[in-house]
Amino acid sequence: MIPQLSAQGLSLWRGGRSLCRALNFALQAGEALQIQGANGSGKTSLLRVLAGLGRLDEGELRWHGEPIQHSVLYRSALLYLGHQNGLKSHLSPRENYLFYQSIAAISSEITADEALTRVGLKDAIDRPCGRLSMGQKRRAGLARLLAAKAGLWLLDEPLSSLDAAGTELVSSVLDRHLKEGGVAVLATHQPLPGLGTGLRTLDLGTAA
Amino acid sequence: MNALHALIRRDLTIAYRRWGELMTPIMFFILVTALFPLGLSPRPELLREIAPGVVWAAALLAGLLGQESLFRSDYEDGSLEQLALAPLPLEWQALARTFTHWLGAGLPLVLLSPLMAMLLQYPAAAMPELAFGLLLGTLTLSLLGAIGAALTVSLKQSGMLLLVLVLPLAVPVLIFGAQSAAQAARGEDPAGALYLLAAMLVLGLVLAPFAIAGALRISLES
Repeated sequence: MIPQLSAQGLSLWRGGRSLCRALNFALQAGEALQIQGANGSGKTSLLRVLAGLGRLDEGELRWHGEPIQHSVLYRSALLYLGHQNGLKSHLSPRENYLFYQSIAAISSEITADEALTRVGLKDAIDRPCGRLSMGQKRRAGLARLLAAKAGLWLLDEPLSSLDAAGTELVSSVLDRHLKEGGVAVLATHQPLPGLGTGLRTLDLGTAA
Repeated sequence: MNALHALIRRDLTIAYRRWGELMTPIMFFILVTALFPLGLSPRPELLREIAPGVVWAAALLAGLLGQESLFRSDYEDGSLEQLALAPLPLEWQALARTFTHWLGAGLPLVLLSPLMAMLLQYPAAAMPELAFGLLLGTLTLSLLGAIGAALTVSLKQSGMLLLVLVLPLAVPVLIFGAQSAAQAARGEDPAGALYLLAAMLVLGLVLAPFAIAGALRISLES
């Protein structure tokens, strides 16, 4: 069976030093890869390369057996949540959410209000994002996961600034995504509770 | 089309909510043109002579003043990454966003220009030609400025670099623009210079989106 996402011989250099060398992995439907490593070990750089944003120095990335470069299929299957949440501080969580819905051309089964209520932003739906706390902003960003029909999630530190309830929420959403046959790559050093089977880890080691 | 519409609406909403920032280039334009008669002697024939050059130079600098921030906040809050990953091609986004930005930064200058030109004793009969020339010129300058903004978005203090990058490209627009306005003021036919301005705009419309999108991708890569 062709793996959904596979990497062969991935090598990255940033700023004159090697972040990873000849990295291989393959993810089947329902599997998640947790990238671990010390600060500065290149988790974010690797995730940006997987998203097609960063420069890939060597190696090949395939999605359903097709190279990801210039692949429209890959782009439409991808949901990337970066270090920053990508929220405009002058827009409310609802406006931000709706904007990403229309830009990604997703027809969602749940409304913006339902999604934002589920991530615990019921009272802040119409407040400008610039006036939300770090954790609330993270939640507003994560709300996009609830509507996404994306096959592949790339999450950079999804648990940063989240409280215990938020961590649990991410776990349960991720669990459902994997059960539905999705694939995920996440960069975090915190353990994700409740995700037993299907979670594999990749250690980038300490900063070189 | 839906995505493009959403992008334009988002940019307009944000511009509306931080309208104070939009006022900076407009105030700059008004002040520069209004200060010239005070600094020079207020002789009508002198003012009439310098009016085209003053209005055009002020419009060029005022336009570039607002350009630096075009992609800045999107780069800083992570929106630019998300937009680069969206199914909508980055080239279309670049064109749409430059136009939206022009609506807030360039169009007000075009609309104000007859008023400021009147202050400088510019003949009323030539106002349509002046405004039309500025319409073509500010659009071209917006496209040029957007290339500079995209190239420098990942740098910390890019204002100076942006000016150095864009000003040489902007000079032809200034020369032909000011010339068309001067010709119209003398009662001559400014069609030749206006055609050249239009040609530069068409060239910009065709090529700039690719340059902007390419520059944004490079800025995101590091």
